[in-house]
Amino acid sequence: MIVDLLILTALLIFVLGAAMKRDTVKAAIALALASIMLSVLMFRLASPLAAVFELSVCAGLITVVFMSTISLTKPLTVLEEERLHLRGRHFAVLPILVLAAAGLLVMVGIPTDLALPQAASAQDVRSVLWNERQLDLLGETLVILAGFFGILVLFKDKPTGVGRTGAAWLKAERFRKEKSDETTKVESNQPDPAIRV
Amino acid sequence: MAAFLIFVPLIGIITLNLPFRFLRRFAYGYAITVAAAQAALAIFLPLPLWNRVLAHFFGLERLDLSADRLSLVLLLSIAIVMFAALQVGCFTIRSGKRRFEFVNLVVLAVTGLNGAALVHDLFSLYVFLEVAAVASFTLIALERDKLSLEGGFKYLVLSAVASVMLLAAIALLLMSTGSTAFAAVHAALLGSSNPMARIAVASFVAGLCIKGGLVPFHGWLPDAYTAAPAGASVLLAGIVTKTTGIYTLIRLMSSVFGPVPQIQAVLLFVGALSIIIGATAALGQKDFKRMLAYSSISQMGYIVLGLGAGSALGVAGAVFHLFNHAVFKTLLFVNAAAVEEQTGTRDMDTMGGLSARMPVTGATSVVAFLSTAGVPPLAGFWSKFIIVVAVWSAGQHAYAVIAVLASLLTCAYFLSMQRRVFFGVLAQEFKDIHEARLAILVPEVVLALITIGVGVMFPRVLETFILPIRSVLG
Repeated sequence: MIVDLLILTALLIFVLGAAMKRDTVKAAIALALASIMLSVLMFRLASPLAAVFELSVCAGLITVVFMSTISLTKPLTVLEEERLHLRGRHFAVLPILVLAAAGLLVMVGIPTDLALPQAASAQDVRSVLWNERQLDLLGETLVILAGFFGILVLFKDKPTGVGRTGAAWLKAERFRKEKSDETTKVESNQPDPAIRV
Repeated sequence: MAAFLIFVPLIGIITLNLPFRFLRRFAYGYAITVAAAQAALAIFLPLPLWNRVLAHFFGLERLDLSADRLSLVLLLSIAIVMFAALQVGCFTIRSGKRRFEFVNLVVLAVTGLNGAALVHDLFSLYVFLEVAAVASFTLIALERDKLSLEGGFKYLVLSAVASVMLLAAIALLLMSTGSTAFAAVHAALLGSSNPMARIAVASFVAGLCIKGGLVPFHGWLPDAYTAAPAGASVLLAGIVTKTTGIYTLIRLMSSVFGPVPQIQAVLLFVGALSIIIGATAALGQKDFKRMLAYSSISQMGYIVLGLGAGSALGVAGAVFHLFNHAVFKTLLFVNAAAVEEQTGTRDMDTMGGLSARMPVTGATSVVAFLSTAGVPPLAGFWSKFIIVVAVWSAGQHAYAVIAVLASLLTCAYFLSMQRRVFFGVLAQEFKDIHEARLAILVPEVVLALITIGVGVMFPRVLETFILPIRSVLG
């Protein structure tokens, strides 16, 4: 019981660190540590499969993805750092809010006499996943597909930077054509001939 | 049969994205066919056939997907809005590549929404709502300029908060009732007074209010609707926000939680607040789409007000207003897209007298605004009337009066919009514009005809559409 409380407190501290740390690398590491605490809790609750997933995916893979994304960003300028420091003061109230919420929950009364379902063994989890929750697997495949499209659309090439509406785009195009002497073929911006009015 | 509504779009997306360039030409035609087929099925296929085991073919019958009357209304709305969004998007986006991406994302979003309409399990509902949400984030940020990214990011953050609340609620309900299926949770919740179940229900409703953009959780909605490209705004305003927020609320209130007096009180309050604040904020807007976004918030308040009335009539009115709002709000956003494309701006103060050069757009916008304001005999009048009657007969006289008075506010901001944009003297800089292209006129006319038709033929609609819904909620 005590061990669980200690792990939960550590989890809370790391999560608050992830939310409040102004350096993104330190925040990502705090998130990884919080995931590790969570996976330790899952081991203690006799769910090794869930714990392994949490450890490998959240603490491992997600942290790697965060680190590689952070490595693609530029370091902060002096002005940006100052502004970040000033704005960061707001977050000091976060731990107080968390403690207040915890106190409120304790007062309202969390029932401790729950009839929890039996923790499933690895075999049970696999059979449940494939036999009973197929619709969720389909849904999750769709989410991954949607996320894949999101990355393709948002990150594949540079933003065009022209106006968004058709008329504004047309004006910009005409202006650009008048300005340049040689015919620049902006191939990707030609209207698709297959789609007719 | 119901499973096809998810698998056919999914197989279509996978096929279209195979590495053969020539397939891209079929994207738009394929998506329009899917929308038309879905609309036809929703109107003409009788309900028992929806749940028949046509799907024995591929072992799809093991998936727990089935439709009832409420789902059919939503599926029809999804099909209509998808059609309008594809027309607007494919004919306002210039880049062929962007257009292909747009079609893919719309089909993906619609797959998620169809799934949300057809499932009978809390967790599956959550997963399919996430599909629609992820597709929506990308749709908002499609043009990747600063405003779109900001609008998409705001939606992403607030939607993530709402998802956390939904997940926590599902976990708590699983712990207190032992299952996530609608029927099982409903049965287990009937007798118990478990405090965890109550926290779960409250968390669920709060999460859905954030997703639905109800006041005071509406912070993301005006920015997201305004910053999104024209086709994405049509889809978002027309159906995505409604399904992820309001439809899910209706489904849960009727199939899972049952009539809980505290939640009804909260819904009545939130609904009335959304109506008033949405309408008041819309009065002061200069940007056309931003005004329509606040108007959406206000109309969703009406739907939630009807839901809070607690009676079967209230829920029927809410569902009817959901359908009507999908139609007339989509029409308004299509008009906004047409105006924006022709004039290059959304600032209403610089426009004027556009209906001289854009008569069809002007006329259909008048139909849409009269329906929104609840002027008979258009469709909006009937649904608002049913909601007001339901709220009044539930004893909530004050809320009913607020709903009626807010119609005046609705009339006010729309008249102001019409005066600034369509009526009056044609602004000099716009004297060379012409009517929107045929591809955008078609959805305008179709949506206007639906609004007028549903309103004029209301007695027929009452028997085939509204009264059967009440039997769902028996």
